[in-house]
Amino acid sequence: MATAKLAPEQIHEKAAAGSQTESSNQPLIFECSVRGKMGVDLEPAHEREPRGAEILGPDLCRDDLPGFPELSEPEVMRHFLRLSQLNFSPALQFYPLGSCTMKYNPVVNDELAGLAGFAALHPLVPAAMAQGALELMARLEAALAAVTGMDAVSLHPAAGAQGELTGLLIARAHFRKRGEHRGKVLVPDTAHGTNPASCRLAGFEVVVAPSNRHGFLEAAEIRSLLDPTVAALMVTNPNTLGVFEPEILEIAEELHRNGSLLYMDGANMNALFGVAQPGQMGADILQLNLHKSFSTPHGGGGPGAGPVAVKRELEPFLPVPRVKRETDGWVLDYDRPDSVGRLRAFHGNFAMLVRAYAYVLALGANGLAQASQLAILAANYVRARLRAVFPPATEAPALHECVLTHDLEQRTGVTTLDIAKRLLDFNIHPPTIYFPLVVPGALMIEPTETESRATLDEFVAAMKRIYAEAEKEPETVKQAPHSLRLRRIDEAQAARHPILRWTSRGSG
Amino acid sequence: MRFIPHTNDDIAAMLEAIGAASIDDLLAPVPEKLRAQAAIGLAAGLSEAQVVAELEEMARKNTGAFAAANFLGFGCYRHFAPAIVRAIIARSEFATAYTPYQAEASQGTLQAIFEFQTLITQLTGLEVANASMYDGASATAEAVLMAQRLAPVRRRVAVSRALWPDYRETLRTYLSGSETLELVEVAFDPAAGSTDLRQLTAMADDDLLCVVAGYPNAFGVVEPLGEIVEIAHRAGALAIAVTAEALALGLLKAPGDLGADIAVGEGQSFGLAQSFGGPGVGFMAARMAQVRQMPGRLVGETRDLEGRRAFCLTLATREQHIRRGRATSNICTNHSLCALAATVYLALVGRQGLRRLAERNVELAYNARERLQAAGLRLRFSGPVFNEFTLTLPGLASRLASAEASGILCGVALERWYPELRDTLLVSVTEANRATEIDRLCAVLSGDEDHGNRQASA
Repeated sequence: MATAKLAPEQIHEKAAAGSQTESSNQPLIFECSVRGKMGVDLEPAHEREPRGAEILGPDLCRDDLPGFPELSEPEVMRHFLRLSQLNFSPALQFYPLGSCTMKYNPVVNDELAGLAGFAALHPLVPAAMAQGALELMARLEAALAAVTGMDAVSLHPAAGAQGELTGLLIARAHFRKRGEHRGKVLVPDTAHGTNPASCRLAGFEVVVAPSNRHGFLEAAEIRSLLDPTVAALMVTNPNTLGVFEPEILEIAEELHRNGSLLYMDGANMNALFGVAQPGQMGADILQLNLHKSFSTPHGGGGPGAGPVAVKRELEPFLPVPRVKRETDGWVLDYDRPDSVGRLRAFHGNFAMLVRAYAYVLALGANGLAQASQLAILAANYVRARLRAVFPPATEAPALHECVLTHDLEQRTGVTTLDIAKRLLDFNIHPPTIYFPLVVPGALMIEPTETESRATLDEFVAAMKRIYAEAEKEPETVKQAPHSLRLRRIDEAQAARHPILRWTSRGSG
Repeated sequence: MRFIPHTNDDIAAMLEAIGAASIDDLLAPVPEKLRAQAAIGLAAGLSEAQVVAELEEMARKNTGAFAAANFLGFGCYRHFAPAIVRAIIARSEFATAYTPYQAEASQGTLQAIFEFQTLITQLTGLEVANASMYDGASATAEAVLMAQRLAPVRRRVAVSRALWPDYRETLRTYLSGSETLELVEVAFDPAAGSTDLRQLTAMADDDLLCVVAGYPNAFGVVEPLGEIVEIAHRAGALAIAVTAEALALGLLKAPGDLGADIAVGEGQSFGLAQSFGGPGVGFMAARMAQVRQMPGRLVGETRDLEGRRAFCLTLATREQHIRRGRATSNICTNHSLCALAATVYLALVGRQGLRRLAERNVELAYNARERLQAAGLRLRFSGPVFNEFTLTLPGLASRLASAEASGILCGVALERWYPELRDTLLVSVTEANRATEIDRLCAVLSGDEDHGNRQASA
């Protein structure tokens, strides 16, 4: 037995670790591990021991993988299924995370992405042997262009932020080609954090463009910030307050008159299907988040896909490779001298592209338009029903999401964070909180079109009840959650004393 | 539309609560001019059965997925994945959730990622790993940017030419926004196929920021990583080890144990489908002293109010949603579900299995190599390899074309990326290749196809 070899102080540590484990949710996989177990039968039992270590020799090979897990297959299954039970998810709970579009993810799309013809396809097979995949990519590109009113689409970027970086590098390449030195990008104060971070990564200086007291950009303000060094304005529309930028056409005109580009962050595309096309708004570059508007699963944080769409003039700068039609079929074109290059290996997060394409096919023009209309209806419904206690941050009308505020913190000491944690006791995932930064204590709510009126009513009732609790018994809210396996988690301690991995001597 | 839960009565009641006469009223903030031009030029929606039929048809056209024999590697690998991996990542509780900002409601994802981080530190021999990156190529680029934050005065980045071309191109793109960094390629030794250490030594001065090398490299060759690290460190530069075939880390000495400062790579081999090249899962590990310059999310251990162990996202002040323009990276969405797949895979294969599997891959590759040599084929590089090797074969292109016609994918012809490697074939052999596939490969490459067919049908 391995334990027999432990020194006394190690036994003590093990016991201590055991007692922690008992009271927590599920031991770590490493703590479930017992020497000698294995969860796969790798090869026929009669096969002799592999000789790889002998072939490569001791100079190249490690001795062992100390601490690596050792479990049987049923134990692994139970471990991860138990972990799955510790998550809230949009499949089980209302999950109105603002700006993330947590709509229903059609299960059939996962199945389709798993078809052998897609899943077992190596990215470097000859094009003639990947005609279905290339055709799917070409059709999805065309569909995204049709929805957005843009001229050309690349499915290459791995996620929205990488799409942003790609788009900004395209802007950079465009000005370099024209021999212009434009080093600044205007970014509204309501923007997602990825926007300024992507600008910096692309080598641009960020100039903050202030929104007005209604939460939108004014063309006059943008005009005052323009000069020959401004490459672009990076705008999310509808913006992070859920407000359609009313002066977007004038702003686009100002930018173009100045020789600058309009970069549109398409994170909020779910408001715009059949409602307005970025291409018609004057957007020159747009990134989309397929895991938001196009229903691919969010995966607990990813993978997503962040296609970038451009106007015709910018098409030569799109990443390599491009899908192209030749007389005898689809090919990948790498010969693109003006391209910004590639930002990842191979051709994109293809399995996510399959899902998004299946989604577009299922909805079609009519379904997409309906989705946006009902997403807008749902956000306005929640906004109207909560207005008396949680007033909107702006009186400008909302589209697919709304940002609400409250007066509880001054009056009762109950914060937005407390409200979020209390919602968990009502079996509801909280909205995005404290964002956008321009709204103190913001609650950013995006219900999406796939949540029923009954669900929205439950949410409204929970929010009203929490408001009442905050006035009568604020400690109930401040101490929340009460009904989960864990109480409020101490995030400050995690940052003060970072423990980022398990070690055999306890986590450290 | 089957995803829509609203009846006409619901819609009417909701409009009434809002005080609007119609949904059109709610669209009033959008200028009429835009609304008039917003019609989507797509067909009407299809039923689930129609969508399935259409995509199955497209999937069938990808004949490369059904090849009779397949030896393609070069950054994406064919390995067997136990069914449990797919079953777990298909669980809606994991698949449909998002970034675990609300820790109390996300302990499943958070603990799994904490386990992923731990596994990556064990494999790389380093102290801290992040919650995942997009893929190996972008992780490499992020590692170089991290090195720049650790040593901002140094300007030159030395990249081995034996690093995957996609990775080098990605790095070039990520650095194109930087005015300060200069990318220099280090040649490979034309005999061994590993990074030219003499040339590397010659460029190792006090302006050298970091050295980036594959481990194993793009030719399958196991680089002398310890020596590369030593050259880098002697110049005060950082060493970045890049592994695209993560299975190799189950057997090869850990990059961290050889002194590498940052280890990055691609974890697709750990239970993820090839899926035409994505999504995979990028990983990144480093030492604890450097954690504040790391990009990406980190999950940490902490306690709840009652002192029970809990997990949460931590050290977020490095990240874009807090630090905005001054963040260590712009990454937000990562490849969390793929990291979960890798975690399940590694838990199943485990301590003994991973090494065994890695050893078997080496053995199969060497056996195939010997058979091909015995059939008269010439090895291109002499360095030790993991599960990929290179051959020189006159008239390669026509040989490959005729093999493809009979459904045999012999490997990757390297000339497209390496003009100096004419008629050079990279062959990847894994446990997923059946013995008959290797028979066919030998036959088709040695020109004795009848022999191969006899063997295959025997």
